[in-house]
Amino acid sequence: MPPAIDTRACAMSSASTDTVRPGGAGDALLRVDDLKVHFPLTRGVLFKRAVGMVKAVDGVSFAIGRGETLGLVGESGCGKSTTSLAVLRMQPVTAGRIVFEGRDITAQDHGSGTFRRRMQMVYQDPYGSLDPRMRVRDIVGEPLVVHRVTASRAAYDERVAALLATVGLLPAMAERYPHEFSGGQRQRIAIARALALEPSLVICDEPVSALDVSIQAQVINVLMELQQRLKLSYLFVAHDLAVVRHISHRVAVMYLGRIVETADRDTLFREPLHPYTQALLSAVPVADPAAEARRARQVVRGEVPSVMRPPSGCRFHPRCPQAMDVCRQQDPALTELGPGRAVACHLHGGAAAIAMREATSA
Amino acid sequence: MEPLLSVRGLTTRFRTDRGPLTAVDDVSFDVAPGETLAIVGESGSGKSVTALSILRLVPNPPGEIAAGQIVFEGQDLLRLRDREMQSIRGDRIAMIFQEPMNSLNPSLTVGLQVAEPMRQHRGLSWAAALDGAKALLQKVQIPDAESRLHTYPHQYSGGMRQRAMIAMALACKPRLIIADEPTTALDVTVQAQILDLLKTLTRESGAALILITHDLGVVARYADRVIVMYAGRVVEQAGAAALYRWPQHPYTRGLLASVPRLDGPAGEQLVPIHGAPPDLAALPPGCAFAPRCTRAAPGCLDARPQLHAARGDATGHRHACLRDELGVD
Repeated sequence: MPPAIDTRACAMSSASTDTVRPGGAGDALLRVDDLKVHFPLTRGVLFKRAVGMVKAVDGVSFAIGRGETLGLVGESGCGKSTTSLAVLRMQPVTAGRIVFEGRDITAQDHGSGTFRRRMQMVYQDPYGSLDPRMRVRDIVGEPLVVHRVTASRAAYDERVAALLATVGLLPAMAERYPHEFSGGQRQRIAIARALALEPSLVICDEPVSALDVSIQAQVINVLMELQQRLKLSYLFVAHDLAVVRHISHRVAVMYLGRIVETADRDTLFREPLHPYTQALLSAVPVADPAAEARRARQVVRGEVPSVMRPPSGCRFHPRCPQAMDVCRQQDPALTELGPGRAVACHLHGGAAAIAMREATSA
Repeated sequence: MEPLLSVRGLTTRFRTDRGPLTAVDDVSFDVAPGETLAIVGESGSGKSVTALSILRLVPNPPGEIAAGQIVFEGQDLLRLRDREMQSIRGDRIAMIFQEPMNSLNPSLTVGLQVAEPMRQHRGLSWAAALDGAKALLQKVQIPDAESRLHTYPHQYSGGMRQRAMIAMALACKPRLIIADEPTTALDVTVQAQILDLLKTLTRESGAALILITHDLGVVARYADRVIVMYAGRVVEQAGAAALYRWPQHPYTRGLLASVPRLDGPAGEQLVPIHGAPPDLAALPPGCAFAPRCTRAAPGCLDARPQLHAARGDATGHRHACLRDELGVD
């Protein structure tokens, strides 16, 4: 654990946090407020009419500080990838605000946005995201050409070599094609390309889940070293909780378009409050039979319902082992329980829970 | 106890543009009745081809089982006629694949597909087989099984489809179920449900389970014994507890050290395995892992290591690393 993170945690707790936001420091690099991405459901061929709305992302707020990694986790359909595309401005937003490096970029788009040099992306599949007909030199250097960063061929070559060295590849590899590389090396090439324009924020969408287990650690280590060295911020979208725990400073758990819980990494994994977070954690097997035998497990029923027809009240209530009457009727708001810690659950932070806490503390 | 399945010297080759490659290379193991054996490995380790070989489903050409014996309930499956093998598949040995959408027929109702093996192997009438299918869907906890019988796979969620696959696999009360990455395509909360169900139902029926996976957590939670494969070869086999407690082969150790754990220290440097899995068409003459091994001795590159008992072990913990024989440690 690098000491820098501890000091940030202290700074966080002394900051006043009026709204609920992971990483809600005043000088956040990225701030997302009440983001909504809705897709109309249409019917009819010639005269399309909207017959409903898919609320893929429905009121999501978070912030990422400089040099910080926010892990965004959840199962399929939770909206984590749509959220990352919206932040990149590759996806129109229905409502909300995205502020990056102090500027509101909600109205911009990725193609023309002035911010895009500063915000880059690493995709899941290093086989699909690298053009097989391009040499590594041109893949990594393409952003330099597009943005006219380097003045001469020599400067370009030097920069590409430096970028490859940054991710642990040899400069001589610039002359090769993607198929000559393993999955882990390809993902490092993708990271080198993402770093070409010296971004402050890199959005990583499942960056290791397509890789073999023995390779994943190579890429995770490169990402963490780069963060230390370049003070990068990451929005790390993934479903693998062990990987998210490893790399993140703070974590937000999403379910059906909402953030249901957010906390700093250690708190979330030590003491998850939302029944969904608890279920997610207990569903993940630990690679140790002795530890597995000791673990208390909570298996939730059913599967994630369709985002087209989310349940009434709390969206998790049909699967929740602790669901109460109020959960079927009222949608719980994401309520702050402490600095940087919030949960959207009637068991915590609802009027009843607050009254109970006050009674016990009195 | 007599093993239910005894694989000896299994070798499966594929013809490719770049020459023949040995996907499964002299693999031997036993499965005892009722036990859960996990076969762990990465892509290209040969774990799935091992499963397909047992079922004799290796596509030929380009694949071919070149050598070995697969003795199941006393008979060598490799000597059976195709028809005889067909009568075993789906009956005494059942299989569950990774992506149920690809293994279910989209144009037939789920009920018909679950009923089919009982008609085929048990000679039941459609009515009786559909009754059996309903009971099976209930058993795998598909809600409202009666009406679900008449719906199509696309109307099922991913988890429900995999439940239906399990129902189909259980239909003829098999003695051995082979599940190849059965939950890799599913969400984690659903993965836990499905694996718990599979484990409970196989235990109930006394069937043995071969669980093929890349997930060391899944192995730790569900397996009795483990085989670790690398580049088509078995590099280590042991009881699950022993494998995690005293991993012997550097590859096994490397895997365990490179995976972040939910209960481990967070944020510390992981220890990756350097390099990448080898090209099966161009394997080194010695240990296939030697080029990536931090502890490789010169002898490792020359001689092909054989599985042998771990030092001082009498529990069947075996590994294929030369280090102790070469006197390196």
